[in-house]
Amino acid sequence: MTTVWLLAGTMLVAAAIVTMFRLLAGPSTLDRLVATDTLVAVTTCGVGTWAAYSRDTTVTYSLAALALISFVGSVSIARFRVPDLDGAQDGAS
Amino acid sequence: MNPLDVVTAVLVLTGSFLALTAAIGVVRFPDTLTRMHAATKPQVLGLLLVLGGAAIRLRDHVDVGMIILTGLFTLITAPVVAHRVGQLAYREQSVSDNLLSIDEIRDETP
Repeated sequence: MTTVWLLAGTMLVAAAIVTMFRLLAGPSTLDRLVATDTLVAVTTCGVGTWAAYSRDTTVTYSLAALALISFVGSVSIARFRVPDLDGAQDGAS
Repeated sequence: MNPLDVVTAVLVLTGSFLALTAAIGVVRFPDTLTRMHAATKPQVLGLLLVLGGAAIRLRDHVDVGMIILTGLFTLITAPVVAHRVGQLAYREQSVSDNLLSIDEIRDETP
């Protein structure tokens, strides 16, 4: 059973690191928004895996908080951001 | 080993693998729409699988309701964010046209 948790944790950490590359590189604001969304979802997966591993139920409230706050943040960015004209052409390539 | 623990292990491993594939898709895909696709669909399925594994493992506690609530929130809010991002990406022409086989927005608004 320890191997399962180690493998799941390794895959989640690798997913977070790979997503951070797109968060740093990704040419337009929308790409960064998508990467941030993915990063929050990976974090939620990690917290859920931790709750399953340790049978600790105090972290389950942070799961709901993460789901709600990531939604509010993503919709706010999509609504109020300034369109970046230079990065838009790069995103098509 | 408890058979429910085996189910938990399978669910958590599959969910983590789907999260990893979604992250690779976000990095490797060419434009914003395909990245949004990778970040939305496998990611939500992986998250639901991990939450299901956690709910099976924590089955005796009262806080399983919070995990179910998290899954519901994710299922409700992920299409909204994906729709907003897709519409903005289309409107700013950061979509490469040769990847689209059908473009219904352009057909409807000449």
